[in-house]
Amino acid sequence: MNTKKSTVIPVINIQGQNCTGCATSTLCSEYPSIKNVLLQDIIPGFKLEFIFHPNIMTASGNLAMEILENTAKEKGYVLIIDGAIPTNDNGIYCITGEKDGRKSTILEETLKLAPNALLVIALGTCAAFGGIAAGNPNPTGAQGVGDIFLTNKIKTPLINVPGCPPHPDWLFGTIEEVLTKGLENIQLDDFRRPKTYYGKLIHENCPNRAYFDEGKFARKLGDEGCLYELGCKGSITYADCPKRQWNGRTNWVIGSGAPCNGCTSPEYPDFVGDFYERIIDLEVPANEKKVKIQKKIII
Amino acid sequence: MKKIVIHPITRIEGHLKVEAIVDNGEVKDANISGTMFRGIEIMLKGRDPRDAVMITQRICGVCPEPHATASVNAVDDYAGLTNKIPENGILMRNLILGTRSVCDHILHFYILSGLDYVDPARVLEYNGSDKDLNTLKYFLRQGYSKPFLPRDEIDYKFDAETTNAVVSHYIKALDIYRKAQQAATIFGGKWPHDAAIVAGGVSQQLTADRITEFMWRLEEIVDFVKNYYLPDVIAVAKTYSEYLEIGKGCQNLLAYNSYRTKSNGSYNDTLFTGGLVNNIDKYSEININNITEDVTHSWYKDSEPLYPGEGKTEPAADKKEGYSWVKSPRYNGEVYEVGPVANVLSTYLSKRDPYIKNMVEDAISEIGGNISNMYSVAGRHLGRVLSANIITDQLLDWARELKIGEPTTVEYDPPADGKGIGLCAAPRGALGHWLNVKDGRISNYQVITPTAWNASPKDKDGQPGPYEQALIGLKIKESQSPIEILRVIRSFDPCTACAVHLVTPKGNLIGKYKVV
Repeated sequence: MNTKKSTVIPVINIQGQNCTGCATSTLCSEYPSIKNVLLQDIIPGFKLEFIFHPNIMTASGNLAMEILENTAKEKGYVLIIDGAIPTNDNGIYCITGEKDGRKSTILEETLKLAPNALLVIALGTCAAFGGIAAGNPNPTGAQGVGDIFLTNKIKTPLINVPGCPPHPDWLFGTIEEVLTKGLENIQLDDFRRPKTYYGKLIHENCPNRAYFDEGKFARKLGDEGCLYELGCKGSITYADCPKRQWNGRTNWVIGSGAPCNGCTSPEYPDFVGDFYERIIDLEVPANEKKVKIQKKIII
Repeated sequence: MKKIVIHPITRIEGHLKVEAIVDNGEVKDANISGTMFRGIEIMLKGRDPRDAVMITQRICGVCPEPHATASVNAVDDYAGLTNKIPENGILMRNLILGTRSVCDHILHFYILSGLDYVDPARVLEYNGSDKDLNTLKYFLRQGYSKPFLPRDEIDYKFDAETTNAVVSHYIKALDIYRKAQQAATIFGGKWPHDAAIVAGGVSQQLTADRITEFMWRLEEIVDFVKNYYLPDVIAVAKTYSEYLEIGKGCQNLLAYNSYRTKSNGSYNDTLFTGGLVNNIDKYSEININNITEDVTHSWYKDSEPLYPGEGKTEPAADKKEGYSWVKSPRYNGEVYEVGPVANVLSTYLSKRDPYIKNMVEDAISEIGGNISNMYSVAGRHLGRVLSANIITDQLLDWARELKIGEPTTVEYDPPADGKGIGLCAAPRGALGHWLNVKDGRISNYQVITPTAWNASPKDKDGQPGPYEQALIGLKIKESQSPIEILRVIRSFDPCTACAVHLVTPKGNLIGKYKVV
């Protein structure tokens, strides 16, 4: 019984030093819902087939690791990685699993699976740039996928979909855009983020922008006004949160009266100072060329 | 004797490995280890205490809101704000933690555990008109099967009709999970990783339309808990009734007070009553000063068991006796299990609330058991749905108490030095954060998570942790990944990113150990 009518895109999602927040965010995708994504065509004529995803697959242990081993030998799959990749001590700080008594780290799995993938998507800020896992003093040498590619000379196309967590639309929308326009027509910024979602600063579309322009700043949480003095990083953070909003448009960070943490940025959570204190050493609005880049990023 | 290794355990949060020594179809010994480490407490040192509320949520993206709750409780405690939080702040924190905990329980039963009890492939034989089941049937008829297949052998027991019903609820649970997270986001700002939970209260401002929207969104969630989730757990307990006896564990329970509620005009009471339960049904009060952490079989230099606030931990990854990054929390040196069963039984046995008493007794009689059956695989699922039921019954009342136009936060003006402790009932059980501040910056931060209690390794007296005790003596049908072991482990709802993050080596060096 094999009557698959659509083009099937096999998807492998492996997890590094993650918190599973990328998965719980994705699980809350609205249109398409996760039910649509798992059981139906994501867009007419294209079906994603999740052959490996630790949070939803039935198989465990040896059987699960066999799937990865067999897939690595084939080509033509999309590899999604969430979570950072620890590199200290041969990557021992994150083990994907073991087969027949042999342990395999997320670093080994990435090196094995990435070269044969059609496309690698680094999902979330940890996979894209190291994120929380690489937070100062980066105890395990955690790196983003791009740094791993650079070190190991992997040339597979890479798209970063950062955010802590990433909005589900940023992931599925990117996949839809790749399927619709072709990979070569996706516009990425200097940090390999799709411009469709990360092309503008939060600041540019913020409903509090008028307060900023007229100099009305909130002095404590709960006050009316721009949250800049309370630590908001929206003026240096690229994402479309103000327009897209979160969780079925019920709310978003600044909408809830809280300052933006700058979670889609390469240096999150360290480069802009305390979360609830005014941005230090930066002009506003800043652009990333003014931001001190401490990490190597593939461009 | 034979060693069975299951690694990874899928359909949980994080990276977990089980090693079981099996003889003649019976587990003789078991070692549990978490296999991912980040060191988040190290990153917290030197930061603004308020940042901990955001950073510690990133310990876990399945249960960030209890970390936000415990962390903000610790920061409020340090800043002397605990009794100054405005009523709106207390209520919104309850609504965020409560609604998201219900989501978490639903996620665990259907998406994480469900495939251990129902076979979605049987929907191929379905001939009815349910839209979701027909979507799944069409998916299967085209030859798709992943991620449901391949799988190891599983002794599915439900008849076709019940299978179809529970599978359709599995698909519905995906929608309910999303919708319930949306409801909580009205107050929390974003799922996962709430932004609005801040030192001093909740930053979300209240309007009539937001509160009303939340109330109406609740309707479908309450209906799902009572009319789908609860009956489905009871069906599993009745059909897989051997699991009312399997996976007993250590049979000591520990819980913290959680969800502040009003009594005589002030917020000094809690919905869940903390405490200890021993000898099946003997309740006593808890003194958190009796909690220590043992490192005998963890990869740290040996030391006497220490109170978490004094956390002194030096890594020793090549230590011969070590087999886990998880330390062993103990209470008075004894092994304790935490989780919804502990929260519910501790509240029930302290016998203060007739409504909770009736709910627990009705559920236990419905499955044809007694209170001792709560200490089992099926009992843990039942404890979880009862916890969800108790919480959902409060959500509407809490939302009604919100007062538009009144403050939601109080100003944060902390001392330079101090300490704070924050506790709460996370979806997986007792969660504690211990905060020390010097010169306005975090000097030490310790977290003891529910999964650290439950997945802890053996201690200095050789007492195995709760997972290990629940596995020892288990009868299994030998295969690569025996379903009996997986059902026992998943009944605890493991969250290993939570458990393993908590090592706090002194200094920056983590130490080295070799891959074997």
